[in-house]
Amino acid sequence: MVQFLFVVAFGACLGWGDVAWAVDAPLADPAPLTPPVGGGEGTDGGLPWWAWPILLFVTAFVLGIIAVLGGVGGGVLFVPIVAGFFPFHFDFVRGAGLLVALAGALAAGPGLLRSGMANLRLAVPLSLIASFSAIIGAKIGLALPQHMVQVALGLTILGIVGIMLYFKKSEYPDVPEADALSSALKISGVYHEPHMQKDINWHVHRTPQALALFVVIGLMAGMFGLGAGWANVPVLNLLMGVPLKVSVATSKFMLGIVDTAAAWVYINQGAVLALMVVPSIIGIMLGSMVGVRLLTRANATVIRKVVLLVLTLAGVRALLKGLGI
Amino acid sequence: MTQHRFHRKFYATREQLVYAKVLDMGMKIGLGTLLVTFALYMSGVLDPHVPLADLPRYWGLSLGDYLAATGVGTGWSWFTLVGTGDYVNMVGICFLAGVTIACYGRILIYPLKKKDILFAAMLAMQVLVLALGASGILVAGH
Repeated sequence: MVQFLFVVAFGACLGWGDVAWAVDAPLADPAPLTPPVGGGEGTDGGLPWWAWPILLFVTAFVLGIIAVLGGVGGGVLFVPIVAGFFPFHFDFVRGAGLLVALAGALAAGPGLLRSGMANLRLAVPLSLIASFSAIIGAKIGLALPQHMVQVALGLTILGIVGIMLYFKKSEYPDVPEADALSSALKISGVYHEPHMQKDINWHVHRTPQALALFVVIGLMAGMFGLGAGWANVPVLNLLMGVPLKVSVATSKFMLGIVDTAAAWVYINQGAVLALMVVPSIIGIMLGSMVGVRLLTRANATVIRKVVLLVLTLAGVRALLKGLGI
Repeated sequence: MTQHRFHRKFYATREQLVYAKVLDMGMKIGLGTLLVTFALYMSGVLDPHVPLADLPRYWGLSLGDYLAATGVGTGWSWFTLVGTGDYVNMVGICFLAGVTIACYGRILIYPLKKKDILFAAMLAMQVLVLALGASGILVAGH
């Protein structure tokens, strides 16, 4: 009920708040506007300006629900869908995508850390590597021509669909012996498994290989503005042998660090439009809250198929857009 | 409740609990700020730098063209426009993006006390990497 009232109030604020004042709003002194070359016409889709943030809010709200039910991060759905179906330039979409993923990770972080599900010892070295490469990825993504990044995004999204189809999760992976690097970094932990009523001790292996993969994950997160949970979890769970729940929680927590690094690049380059970012963040967070409540009632198989279908369509759309088809 | 607290303390290290506390507080302040500033933007209390009705002519431009057309600079130069409806939102956005740096800075003391130099060095390096990103030093021609 509270969420519904918030949605109505937010929509009302967007729709009615400023129509009268905004039209004749004077320009600020320090930096006068120049009409865009070519006019920039046709970028509003024939809708009034205020319709777009409302549509963005509604889309983000729905994506927030689907993301929770489908077990994926919001950013991975947000970027390809908004880039494919909204009039905003890809540069701004990626900036908003990172901030959406960041806000979700920051909101989830405290609970995950307190429960012991997210592990700081595990997250710190991996995030350090990934955040450094995310900065480089963001720089590359903003420097490359849009069509190239769109093609790469399309291929990446289709690759994610492949990972989701073939990634067989392992609840409690078998790790015969911790490797030397993880022992030196003291990466290990214990968490409580309520349904088994016992404590699960875990340690990890193949840490050097995981660190190398997190360089690539960081690059892609920064370049495409995606949260990278889709890549984090398989690496933590399948490669390093971290129990699935700890993998998912630590991955979500890590997004708050890696996306922070990339987000600062987009912020400092000016690739942040408040009219896009705020409705998106609020929409996806409210959607996630509703999604959590629906979690017990939803048909997980159907939702998973919907997520795969949506991602496939968005990936193909990004690919075609990048190829100019 | 006692049992719950016991579990928290047992399964989460002191660093994690302190990190969680700072993160929780920062996230709430950041989101609250964002809501307030967005309301100021939408309600017209603060005039935007780019009028809302004109925004559709600009949001389809590439970043470089957008910055040239609107006269907005890179790095922290948005701060000169913080009195405008659109750029006042950057306060909340930057706050959210800065929370992690504060969390890392806050817990740095714990491994130092335990003489866990390797972990402390990684925390310090992470602060440096994020501060480097936040500083705007890396901004170069788009």
